[in-house]
Amino acid sequence: MLRRPSDLQLDRDPSGRFLPFAVTLMVFLAMLATAAALALSQSALGFQHGLEGRLTVQIADEPGSSLAPRSGRAAELLRQTPGIARAEEMPREAVAALLQPWLGRDGLTRELPLPALIDIELTPGMAVDLDALQAHLADAVPGARIDDPRPWLDRLSRIAVLLEGLALAIVAAIGLATVAMVVFATRAGLAAHRDVIEVLHLIGARDAYIARQFQAHALRLALRGALAGTALAALALFAIGRAAAQLDAALLPPVEFGPLSWATLVALPLVASLLATVTARLTVLGALRRMT
Amino acid sequence: MVRFQNVGMRYGLGPEVLRDVSFELEPGSFHFLTGPSGAGKSSLLKLLFLAHRPSRGLIGLFGHDLATIRRDKLPELRRRIGVVFQEFRLIEHLSALDNVALPLRIAGVPEQQVKDHCAELLTWVGLADRMQARPATLSGGEKQRVAIARAVINRPSLLLADEPTGNVDPEMGQRLLHLFVELNKIGTTIVIATHDAHLLQTFRKPVMTLANGELVVRRPRGE
Ligand SMILES: Nc1ncnc2c1ncn2[C@@H]1O[C@H](COP(=O)(O)OP(=O)(O)O)[C@@H](O)[C@H]1O
Ligand SMILES: [Mg+2]
Repeated sequence: MLRRPSDLQLDRDPSGRFLPFAVTLMVFLAMLATAAALALSQSALGFQHGLEGRLTVQIADEPGSSLAPRSGRAAELLRQTPGIARAEEMPREAVAALLQPWLGRDGLTRELPLPALIDIELTPGMAVDLDALQAHLADAVPGARIDDPRPWLDRLSRIAVLLEGLALAIVAAIGLATVAMVVFATRAGLAAHRDVIEVLHLIGARDAYIARQFQAHALRLALRGALAGTALAALALFAIGRAAAQLDAALLPPVEFGPLSWATLVALPLVASLLATVTARLTVLGALRRMT
Repeated sequence: MVRFQNVGMRYGLGPEVLRDVSFELEPGSFHFLTGPSGAGKSSLLKLLFLAHRPSRGLIGLFGHDLATIRRDKLPELRRRIGVVFQEFRLIEHLSALDNVALPLRIAGVPEQQVKDHCAELLTWVGLADRMQARPATLSGGEKQRVAIARAVINRPSLLLADEPTGNVDPEMGQRLLHLFVELNKIGTTIVIATHDAHLLQTFRKPVMTLANGELVVRRPRGE
């Protein structure tokens, strides 16, 4: 193949030298923010799926009234309520196990007055009037209370949406910063090569011919930076994943990224490089239109 | 081919360096443009090769009115004009061959053709063994020949040269002028700015003289 030299020797320019490093940092930050947002939305969804259609009824241990008969009565009543598919008393050991992360396993739970819990599954598609059920239940069984996880889930998903928005804003801000850097580097390059550009124009070069050289240069620099940023982000995410796996699994549900999440992450460095290319092109075309 | 009507030109807010310049160039004509240093020869050529806009008056080029032509049509016009700039304006990091190749590459000519064509022309101007040299290592006369080769490589219909013999000895000056005469014979319209009275004597061609920003056209006796 015949090698064709570049008319504008852009790769010798000091103005573009910082660009790959900046893009590295930008892509790294954007990938971490995106990964955090994806993990967050996934665990919020996980909670939601896990708890959908589930309720718990709690019967407090009151002095002078034994727990087991009340719990049995409540379970019986619940089973007869339309819209409830299943109601099952949880064994005392299971209740103790639930509290273990908070109270420890050293026999403390054996002496504590633990409440009885009834695990309820709702019939899908059937509405249950929880307020009425609560009133009815409290009449029939003193100390019985429905734990409805829905308000808590609502709050969780609101927080998740907020944090996802924040991550999106961070990524957008990073994108803007990248655009600004490319604009500055390109303007500096245009100024440095003003003379050669004028000669090219005078011998019949179109603006697009000149813009192509700048955009190819920006693409090379940005790709180099984006690749490094991706490698760094992959390392960081791997390290975070390892650290999270060693934490107690009770606190965080495990996060497994699906293909869509991976695609989103991989798209980031490509989008950043594309953004740099398009920005360089538009900057050159705009500047040349003003020049002559 | 070229038509100036009452053209005036100024740099920024400065005084007019050209005033009421009117002339017409027929296709295939050959003109010298002369006048003392600072008279406005280079400025007039800048108007012709579309590096500058007039501050008043009308310029017609290849049948287009320059005042109303769209910016994206300018490259097409410029490709029909070959220019030998006063300071050559060769691109320093490109070899002689790549400098000469620029107009062809810009016009999208296939690469093999570009190489062959440029090598042939450089050989013709006596630079066969200097093709890979950078401008910085070329002598004044060699640079001038590269600049001329770049100006004519694309077979322009209008060739403009600003003091093309300024940096070479008289003998080389004559040889280069013969090159322009040859190009003129195959139909290229030529304007050469020079203040070399000897050249005007040797090549008896119409002379446009600039003085104080105003232009007078004289034809040599016997034409
Ligand atoms: N870029 C410029 N900016 C301002 N004034 C200029 C510029 N170029 C030339 N001039 C002025 O225009 C006048 C004509 O210059 P020029 O066209 O170069 O003359 P010549 O080529 O005949 O020597 C001179 O007075 C010169 O100082
Ligand atoms: Mg001059």
